Amino acid sequence: MKILVPIKRVVDFNVKVRVKPDGTGVDTANVKMSMNPFDEIAVEEAVRLKEKGVATEIVAVSCGIAACQETLRTALALGADRATLVETDVELQPLAVAKLLQAIVAQEQPGLVILGKQAIDDDANQTGQMLAALLGWPQATFASKVDVGEGRATVKREVDGGLETVEMKLPAVVTTDLRLNEPRYATLPNIMKAKKKPLATVTPATLGVDVTPRLVTLKVTEPAKRKGGGKVADVKELVAKLRTEAKVIA
Amino acid sequence: MSILVLAEHDNATLKSATAHAVGAAVKLGGDIHVLVAGGGAQAAAAQAAALAGVTKVLLADAPYLASPTAENAAATALSLLPGAYTHVVIAATGFGKSVAPRIAAKLDVAQVSEITAIESPDTFVRPIYAGNAFATVQSKDSLKVLTVRTTAFDAVAGGGSAPIETVAAAPDSGASKVTGQELTKSERPELTSARVVVSGGRGMGNGENFKLLETLADKLNAAIGASRAAVDAGYVPNDYQVGQTGKIVAPDLYIAVGISGAIQHLAGMKDSKVIVAINKDPEAPIFAIADYGLVGDLFEIVPQLTAELG
Repeated sequence: MKILVPIKRVVDFNVKVRVKPDGTGVDTANVKMSMNPFDEIAVEEAVRLKEKGVATEIVAVSCGIAACQETLRTALALGADRATLVETDVELQPLAVAKLLQAIVAQEQPGLVILGKQAIDDDANQTGQMLAALLGWPQATFASKVDVGEGRATVKREVDGGLETVEMKLPAVVTTDLRLNEPRYATLPNIMKAKKKPLATVTPATLGVDVTPRLVTLKVTEPAKRKGGGKVADVKELVAKLRTEAKVIA
Repeated sequence: MSILVLAEHDNATLKSATAHAVGAAVKLGGDIHVLVAGGGAQAAAAQAAALAGVTKVLLADAPYLASPTAENAAATALSLLPGAYTHVVIAATGFGKSVAPRIAAKLDVAQVSEITAIESPDTFVRPIYAGNAFATVQSKDSLKVLTVRTTAFDAVAGGGSAPIETVAAAPDSGASKVTGQELTKSERPELTSARVVVSGGRGMGNGENFKLLETLADKLNAAIGASRAAVDAGYVPNDYQVGQTGKIVAPDLYIAVGISGAIQHLAGMKDSKVIVAINKDPEAPIFAIADYGLVGDLFEIVPQLTAELG
């Protein structure tokens, strides 16, 4: 079975982003970029499924600017077999990405698509579900355990009240949650090997997909600053302040 | 304008998130229909009909909707949508996040995720980068699919009496089904709607030590939350997690115990009215946003605090 793993290049999770003074977005110039952490978990899960003999081939896909090739090389170093970049300079929104992935799925015919539940830049949490809907496939979002059998998958999902188990027919879409696995680090020999793995480039036009944004960002602003930093000396002072100053306890 | 709100419920009880979603719909203005897709969900439908501002409840009842998959819930909503509504509003819960994008994609419209404010019927504010920035976005689509951050919109009151109309459930997709649930049982208030939340982090050391927080929470009628570190370490179940990718809470009082304050955690709780931080590290980032910081050993402070509240 072939597994398709869509990945996104995002501002590294350790970076505290700054809103541009002109309010058009956040400053991403000279900022460290990395693979979306949830997508790293997706790559890791695919690699584990291959190590178990369930998957035969892992194809990593990314959509965006030429620099996304670096992110794809990381996926190749982690164990993906080959990669495809859908290259465009247009700002891609989740619906457009889902359509691009739908076109890639039509070419690749994977049995399973595994991707992160959300990207930590736009925090949209849409792409996997949109892809599943466009393909008419079942989905299991927020996966914390994935078992793949003959023509079916059993997925434990993190839901608001605890855990839920979903059984679905393949092909299907799985989106990863934090506790699905702990991604490995790429070793130096694997990073070297990844440079020789095939990386194809296509464009939205060759896939026949219109990626025009549907949402217009009018402005981006800083959140209201919280005035914190107050200290109390001991529990007695804390309780007194909560009662008389903040008035949040009786 | 006509708005379809997709209810979240367990057939017997309507989830409080739905009342917040209706609160957002009221801000949009117009007719508000609430779709209750369930299996034996008459009780939940009756509760939805009582929400102030609701003009009609649509009840789609079928056995396979009792624990609905996102596929079946979306299909039923889709069977009602074309041409009939200007907005679809769903609470940004695990359920809403799973269902809404399927609806948007099938109708070839964008979704606006987790909105925190409504500027106009087509313009919305939403957090990005873990709440470190807010984007004001305008939708050009004829139908707007929105998920709403429940802490940003007040729940509507009860007391209404909207009519309940039965609608057909979309056929079972047959491609997936919910086969099991392991839900955390708790007598405590729900984490996302509790007035007081006591959260523990890596500093708790182990799951056993969370009992200290339970005793404190009992005194305050509080819900218990946790940082990702505490959940990853297995101290508490996943549904305790507060943060960018966990639950978003905004209680009157948030007590962070042994939590350093990674930006991903702050994203889930920094809109709390009053924040108390207890941590032995005076440099912990949590203190920068706390109203009342107390530097010290949580294993001494928490029992003292519990006793003082006695």
